[in-house]
Amino acid sequence: MRVHVDPSKCQGHNRCYALAPELFDVDDYGNAFERNDGVVPAGLEDKARLALANCPEFAISIEE
Amino acid sequence: MSETVYGPVTDWATDFDHGSPAYAANQHKIWEDLKNSGCPIAHTDRYGGTWLPLTHEMVHSIAYDTDHFSSEGPVVGQLKPSEVPDRIGAPIGPVPPISSDPPFHNEARRLLLPAFSPKMIDPWRDEVIEICNKLIDDMGDADHIDAALQYSQHIPVMVIARMLGLPVEDGDRFRGWVNLVLSGIGEERTEERMQKFMEFNEYLAYHVNDHKENPREDLISFLLNAEIFGEKLSLEHAVGTVILLLIAGIDTTWSGIGSSLWHLATNSVDRRRLVENPDMIPTAVEEFLRAYAPVTMARVVKEDMEFHGVQMKKEDWVLLPFPAANRDDKQFANAHEVVIDREENRHAAFGLGIHRCLGSNLARLEMNVAVEVFLQRFPDFSVDANEMVTWSTGQVRGPRTLPFVVNARA
Ligand code: HEM
Repeated sequence: MRVHVDPSKCQGHNRCYALAPELFDVDDYGNAFERNDGVVPAGLEDKARLALANCPEFAISIEE
Repeated sequence: MSETVYGPVTDWATDFDHGSPAYAANQHKIWEDLKNSGCPIAHTDRYGGTWLPLTHEMVHSIAYDTDHFSSEGPVVGQLKPSEVPDRIGAPIGPVPPISSDPPFHNEARRLLLPAFSPKMIDPWRDEVIEICNKLIDDMGDADHIDAALQYSQHIPVMVIARMLGLPVEDGDRFRGWVNLVLSGIGEERTEERMQKFMEFNEYLAYHVNDHKENPREDLISFLLNAEIFGEKLSLEHAVGTVILLLIAGIDTTWSGIGSSLWHLATNSVDRRRLVENPDMIPTAVEEFLRAYAPVTMARVVKEDMEFHGVQMKKEDWVLLPFPAANRDDKQFANAHEVVIDREENRHAAFGLGIHRCLGSNLARLEMNVAVEVFLQRFPDFSVDANEMVTWSTGQVRGPRTLPFVVNARA
């Protein structure tokens, strides 16, 4: 599984970083990006889905 | 109250008043009734013509459409932005970045983002914990308390005053000015009101000058040195942003904390769950933000246009009721129920699009800590049946008095 934050949609709500810091990080401006090229380590799939389900800007996508 | 100027509402679809006590008290039912009667966007002639779109889809599309909707007037008033004397017009507006439009908005916002990013805000946690505990210590062993007057209203003021570099003791004055700007929208432009605005301006001028002479490590000094497009911010811009940071963070967060505590005082099952599982608090706070979203913003229509079948006119106000969007059942399962462990929660309490609340990380920290500490110290509390809970009117909604009985303390 891979996650991706669309930087043109992200407005820095920081929901993904709060819910799944293993998968997402934020820059100095508070905008999010995926860690580790978006590769989701085994066992963290639910966290990836949780982040997607809580992004108010619909900026996160998942490739299964 | 706006009834002093406009009189009572006759029909919510064609004559609504979002500044009236009736709206504050019954808004959830008003939205539902309007939507069920086939009116997803209400209108009023009040305030010179105002629209109230109610679906998540409409609110989302207006927030994103900065070509047609300007942020020049984020708070609806009796004067249109173009009628305000000595106004600073679009795209800057009087209080950047909330009153700014692209492309200026992006620069004015970008300058502030680092100071409010999660990694800069998280370190304030211990200080917020201390503030909350101190407020509870100050209540002594009283078993009748007011969680708004003695608790929620103080927390954001103390934090933002420290961040800006203003005296923490001036909290009462800040709250007075917040009420002046946000709750008094329908009041007459009396001399007394004008006098209060003058006092606010003089107060700020004094502190800004003091920071010029004695620079320090705080946001006012930062703004006085900050640059935009290669030049120092104009004094109007810097002071406008100080006003914004002072006003935007206070009654919003106070409302968010107050509504959360009100929910827990009136829902003992939820309260017990959080007392027993404090790990659930962050998820519950998101649900309180969804269900009791404190903030409705406004836009100004740039040119005559059609929107979802209605004709909007240049300079009409358009409200962005994020609280209504958060209760849209097309977007949320069981939208009208407060589900404190809701897993899927794309709520819009902090807005949508380019104006996403700059203080959202701070607001979330304050709300989480405030709820956590309150539950730790008062594991059981309820609303005092002999007293009245009162709610604010206007674009920021939350309890202004919260008379509680403390049934257990730790
Ligand atoms: C629970 C508390 C809060 C809520 C619900 C809230 C809500 C909002 C909303 C809905 C917006 C969007 C405005 C728009 O679309 O026009 C906004 C913007 C803003 N908020 Fe907050 N806010 C809260 C707390 C704070 C705090 C603590 C601060 C800072 C000290 C703050 C500072 C700002 C600023 C500066 C903007 C303008 C951002 C821009 O235009 O780019 N807010 N807030």
